[in-house]
Amino acid sequence: MKLTKERRVFLHSALGLISALLIPSKALSRWDNNAYNKVDISESIFSIGVVNPGDLREANDAIDLSLPEIAENGAIVPITVRSRILNTERIFVFAEKNPQPLVSDYVITDGVEPFVASRIKMSETAFVHVIVLARGKFYRTARQVKVTIGGCGEE
Amino acid sequence: MDKTVRFRIRFKDDIADVKVMIFHPMETGYRRDKNSKEIIPKHFIHTVNIAHNGKSIMQVHWSRSVSKNPYLNFRVPNASKGDQLTIAWSDNMEQSGTGTAIIS
Repeated sequence: MKLTKERRVFLHSALGLISALLIPSKALSRWDNNAYNKVDISESIFSIGVVNPGDLREANDAIDLSLPEIAENGAIVPITVRSRILNTERIFVFAEKNPQPLVSDYVITDGVEPFVASRIKMSETAFVHVIVLARGKFYRTARQVKVTIGGCGEE
Repeated sequence: MDKTVRFRIRFKDDIADVKVMIFHPMETGYRRDKNSKEIIPKHFIHTVNIAHNGKSIMQVHWSRSVSKNPYLNFRVPNASKGDQLTIAWSDNMEQSGTGTAIIS
């Protein structure tokens, strides 16, 4: 009996150690092939760890999202995101109607401000969604961009 | 050092406002060559690591939906003159590049 118990305790701690090794730390986060290859906006939102869409907190006041209302050239759409949410860990950008909606993600540490600006491609008029992860909770805001000439097939 | 990364840094009140341009085609894999009509294979930067004095401060993941010659603007608080910023990128064709700048 004593042996069995020791064995159980050993197995338990060994499993704990293995799962701790399997969970990637923030600093070692890698490009997620699965998430970036999803073709449907809800699937790609699930793929970043959102379990229930109802858990997404609307945060129009806490996330500043700046995008043009009309983009004449979908190949270059300027985007600026600033999160006012405390302990922002991650910023995700999605273009809803792109062939693969997940556009980019940023792993934020306290060594940078929770702010990024870049330029993205949009295939057609669509909503751009920004999801912020902070202390295990997901926050979302979105804004529509009207695209005159799509930017995926053209230069 | 390669010439794929170009910096513009504005330093004020201990904050470095960093603008970076990386020279890269960022091909989606959906475009066709105008002459041969062949599909141009996808070719894009998927990861960019940003370090401040050797310590990683931000990791960036991009898709094919990031524009050609990607532009990135970010801000580094608690920066000082003489600090070093390093950008290291890698793409889906096993190519990579780095750029370093000193805050002045």
